[in-house]
Amino acid sequence: MKKDIILCGVGGQGILSIATIIGEAATKAGLHLKQAEVHGMSQRGGDVQSHLRLSSAPIYSDLVALGCVDLIISMEPMECLRYLPYLAETGKIVTGNKPFINIPNYPEQAALDAELAALPAVDLLDIEAVAKDAGNARGANMVLLGMAARHLEILSPEQLCDAIRTIFARKGEAVVEANIKAFQAGYSN
Amino acid sequence: MKRLLLGDEAIALGAIHAGLGGVYAYPGTPSTEITEFIQNDPLATERGIHSRWCTNEKTAMEAALGMSYVGRRALVCMKHVGMNVAADAFVNSAITGVHGGLVVVAADDPSMHSSQNEQDSRFYAGFAMVPTFEPSNQQEAYDMMKSAFELSEQLREPVVLRIVTRLAHSRAAVEVKDALDVCNLGICQERWVLLPGIARARYAALIEKQDEMLAAAEASVYNKRETAAGKLGIIACGIAYNYVKEALGENANVLKVSQYPLPEASIKQLAKECDSVIVVEDGQPYAEQQVKALLGADYDLQGRLAGQLPRTGELTPDNVAKALGLPAKATLPVSSIVAPRPPQLCQGCGHRDVYAALNEVLATYPDYRVFGDIGCYTLGALPPFKALASCVDMGASITMAKGAADAGFYPSVAIIGDSTFTHSGMTGLLDAVNDNSNITVVISDNLTTGMTGGQDSAGTSKFEAICVALGVAPEHVRVVVPLPKNMEEITRVIKEELDYPGVSVIIPRRECIQTLARKARANAAKAAKA
Repeated sequence: MKKDIILCGVGGQGILSIATIIGEAATKAGLHLKQAEVHGMSQRGGDVQSHLRLSSAPIYSDLVALGCVDLIISMEPMECLRYLPYLAETGKIVTGNKPFINIPNYPEQAALDAELAALPAVDLLDIEAVAKDAGNARGANMVLLGMAARHLEILSPEQLCDAIRTIFARKGEAVVEANIKAFQAGYSN
Repeated sequence: MKRLLLGDEAIALGAIHAGLGGVYAYPGTPSTEITEFIQNDPLATERGIHSRWCTNEKTAMEAALGMSYVGRRALVCMKHVGMNVAADAFVNSAITGVHGGLVVVAADDPSMHSSQNEQDSRFYAGFAMVPTFEPSNQQEAYDMMKSAFELSEQLREPVVLRIVTRLAHSRAAVEVKDALDVCNLGICQERWVLLPGIARARYAALIEKQDEMLAAAEASVYNKRETAAGKLGIIACGIAYNYVKEALGENANVLKVSQYPLPEASIKQLAKECDSVIVVEDGQPYAEQQVKALLGADYDLQGRLAGQLPRTGELTPDNVAKALGLPAKATLPVSSIVAPRPPQLCQGCGHRDVYAALNEVLATYPDYRVFGDIGCYTLGALPPFKALASCVDMGASITMAKGAADAGFYPSVAIIGDSTFTHSGMTGLLDAVNDNSNITVVISDNLTTGMTGGQDSAGTSKFEAICVALGVAPEHVRVVVPLPKNMEEITRVIKEELDYPGVSVIIPRRECIQTLARKARANAAKAAKA
């Protein structure tokens, strides 16, 4: 079994934390993993993306080929559209629906809605609002991870929760619980 | 034991476990994480492995050579353009030779994700006539550090380890071995004095060693041949091997090359068995040029020069599959409503206030130029500021402004960051002082090396003293705090210094908001734990 994933968003939105958690869970589960990140200049408010590949068999390429991505996980609705050429025919998208507008020519909401509605398998959620309702306003990325957990298949929600506990352990029990709660809110929404 | 590591981290851990004595580096994407890993590694700390940042790549290379002279294993890390800065020391270290193992990691950035060119560091290694390792994956990156130090000590020459961004910044599980003790060969009993008479003999000795380097590459465990049916032979260098295997799996008739000089006998054998050969390599067509010379103009050689692969940009699984003749998958187009989202200066960043003030003052002149430099503040070239006329190499802002002023152009302004100033700006400022050039230099001091993630900056708290010591008149070294509320004062100071017909320096100083926020988070975490 294998899953090829693109994680995307705007620099500073926390996609690398999602990658770290999936990476931790995959390693513990004995899966092969490759995860190509973007560091450096683009992190400053620009578009950022990470290729994440999980498989029960060895993986060669650090990058996913066009037309081969099983799941696009996006913090932001326009950003998921940037990577459509990577999406496999059967691929799915989970994305936050709240625009992050830091450019003057950001598309109109109606155009964005129409574009997303025309795609076959899109899961949209106001991840910031759900995170806030779950009492963790900074946990939108964990809500998104919860949404993604419904489609990951290669890893169970329990394995991901374990990884959240491991990764955030050094920040204390309160932080761990807040993130688990945000994850669960995303998973059940 | 397996550990999930970035390519950079695998290099760092491999070096520590190979008995490293010290790492010398200046931050530069995509190489920065190597040194940062060593700075934070418990074993490296326990062993007292040197890991403090250097002022630039040349000082790093020279310090490493000194550590090698007294018998320790030393590592130098830099991004590809750092090789230009280190080149004098690097090329001559092949003439002196080394004592303790010396490995130079050059991290190339094909596609220029965070750089100003695509130069390929294998040319530097070839130029200096020293061996190169080029790992295909994180495991090899780890394993090769030990091999590279051993080969360096066997040959008594520096060895280059060349990586590209996609390996540097990609994570995978690495099987980690036991750490060797810190190596110590004792101080070198030779003198490395490159007077012409001695250097000639040393150069001849380096040329003598070329056969041994070639033999090492032919026998290398990292260079391997896989055979399959078909008449197309593939030479896959470094991470190109992964894209080839991704495309063809077991059906690849491939010579994997991860140690140079190019294994000529293996290449000739591959060519003999095939009708054509394609060279797949990330970066510039370094191997392809040499293979072409090796096989002759009549042999059907494919690659970046021949046009099957793009001449510029990094390899991808897609362009490699296409070059190997595989059909492309049907894909969705990029949605037409997607707008580019370029990087930008953070909201609240002090550089923003500097550019706002500069633009306001300079708009009152009929013509003006601001010569820029390398760092976060290069983003001042983009809207909304559009403030820069140039950004070329580390330190060029000051010297380009000087050249323009020498030709009579006014006002000629340089803007440079604190870390870039100590890296390569100080010598240019001395030139300007000696010529009494009519320039205004803005050292935008955010107390850190910001672009690469907030490393210590070599000149912090020393800038006024440095400028005065270089000969700038003390009354023309002005410090301001770049905040919107201080705009009136900042614009007044800029105006006064533009009016001064000589070298003046303005230092807007306010901490990078990223490092400030990180410190606040660390303190909050500490408080929560306590």
